[in-house]
Amino acid sequence: MVSTDFELQSASESASAETANATVSDAAADSTFAEVDDRSRTVPAIEFRDVHLTFGERVILGGISFVVQKGETKIILGGSGTGKSTLIKIILGLLKPDSGRVLVDGEDITDYTEEQMMSVRHKIGMIFQEGALFDSLSVYDNVAYRLHEQNVDEAQVEEEVRRMLRFVNLEDAIEKMPIELSGGMRRRVGIARALVGAPSVILFDEPTAGLDPPTARTICELAIKLRDLEDVSSIFVTHEMNNLTYLTGEYAVVDDSGEVILEQEGEKLCLINTKIMMLRDGEIIFSGTDELLRKSDDRYIQTFIHGK
Amino acid sequence: MDKVELSISPFKCASINPSINTSNTRKQRERSGNNKYRLTSPAVSAHHAFSIHFARTYRMNTLLQVLLEIQETFLLATRALVRIIRRPAYFAEILTQIDRIGVGSLSIILLTGFFTGGVLTLQTVPTLKSFGTQSVTGQLIALSLVRELGPVLSALMVTARVGSAISAELGAMSVSQQIDAMRALGTDPIRKLVAPRLIALLISLPLLTVLADIIGIMGGWIVAVSLFQQDSSTFLNSVRNGITGDDVIGGVIKPIVFGFLICAISCRQGLTTEGGTVGVGLSTTRAVVLSAIMVIISDFFLAKALQVVLNVPT
Repeated sequence: MVSTDFELQSASESASAETANATVSDAAADSTFAEVDDRSRTVPAIEFRDVHLTFGERVILGGISFVVQKGETKIILGGSGTGKSTLIKIILGLLKPDSGRVLVDGEDITDYTEEQMMSVRHKIGMIFQEGALFDSLSVYDNVAYRLHEQNVDEAQVEEEVRRMLRFVNLEDAIEKMPIELSGGMRRRVGIARALVGAPSVILFDEPTAGLDPPTARTICELAIKLRDLEDVSSIFVTHEMNNLTYLTGEYAVVDDSGEVILEQEGEKLCLINTKIMMLRDGEIIFSGTDELLRKSDDRYIQTFIHGK
Repeated sequence: MDKVELSISPFKCASINPSINTSNTRKQRERSGNNKYRLTSPAVSAHHAFSIHFARTYRMNTLLQVLLEIQETFLLATRALVRIIRRPAYFAEILTQIDRIGVGSLSIILLTGFFTGGVLTLQTVPTLKSFGTQSVTGQLIALSLVRELGPVLSALMVTARVGSAISAELGAMSVSQQIDAMRALGTDPIRKLVAPRLIALLISLPLLTVLADIIGIMGGWIVAVSLFQQDSSTFLNSVRNGITGDDVIGGVIKPIVFGFLICAISCRQGLTTEGGTVGVGLSTTRAVVLSAIMVIISDFFLAKALQVVLNVPT
């Protein structure tokens, strides 16, 4: 009898657990379907269609086509002079392609004038190689630049600037001038400046070049947090394999205490929101995940990965 | 003509110069004959044809480059003038530039004006004396200064001090990607950087020129009275009788045109700087040399135009 009671009890517990699970699954499914049905998420954040660019006789981009989806990070690898930085300047409209189409959020910006590009640029944040901070402005004014241009109330500006500087862990440097900052600090101020206005796309142009490994790691962590917590689409131009290891091997989550922590991808998980594209002489020679890249038989790719 | 390389700008900047057609497709380039060393006729010997074609292409490119540069420089300044009226207006930036350009140049302009008037008197009084016409010294000094020396020397001094600074500052911003960063943050560099400097120069240079004229006449008066023992009232009367309203108008129109030229050339050179710190040096030199030359050349044509417009006796 005892056993029968136990069986009945466990059957009853099992039924209630199933009901609870069904409720959770339904909610999860609804959320997932809502996300899938959200048409704005199916439109790529950035799309290149057969883009060509030459400077004189030199081919910089020879028919580049790729897509960066919403919330995705595209790591662009390649040696110096392979057209990586040129590619992101085209997205910003700082350079125009000879032919092909460039779309940002489904909007064809290829033939946009400088005035038309201004509104597109509000959606994009750009982190330049050396930071490109305005020398004559303090850290505060640099980060607040976009808001000052939009005549936002100063109290709101200060709140937003402090929030951004906290994100890059540089709130103490708010009064400093760019010349007083180290290379890594300049890049981080550049990141804070690019994040003001909550752009949906961030372009990193070799943000860790010339930085010591811990500072480079900090920059990569910021990119990971933006990808996983802020749902930002990004292009991360680099030629350093360390950056690739960090960005494709770790993800950011918020733990029970509300702290942001980075966890390893491990053997059982595969990050699908980070893809790699490799350029050589203005052409794409690889596009896919880091696992595929490392398994590639291409001699150039293997030399690039291992340095020999 | 169809074989001439038309894509002059090697840097396909989509940028601050929308007038440059940077979106030329491959087909367009093929139609325009991108291969500039293509032979004109198979009957002509290859070397000869190459030489002739190269020479023609080179000459045409240089001419086209000069014309394009002039066009782009004027378009830049015109756009800056047009965009001043659009929001956001950079009033604070305009005031800062007036302070830097106008107030900052005051001391060198006053010194230049004073000693120019003084040396002019020093050199001309002996000659006038030999003709017995030293009583018109004031008129000569005033006319020389108001019509020519004041505007031209002030413009040259401002070119040296301000034109070089504008070009170097914008050039340094270009090579350190600050101009790109500004555009990436949604700001138009022409409105933010060029327009305030242009307004400041258009306001400051005429005022500086008038001050240089007054101080120059004062310098001439001091030299005439102290070194040549001329009568003070004779000198001042000669000044008063010698200058007409048209001279003053002409003397103010000239610095406005010079200010426009100096700013347009310096900003254009600065914004198109490439090649690191060496590039900044080169663009600064080009800005100063071109501005100075353009001031001198345009002065001649302006003088002639003013003679016609203001009906000045020639």
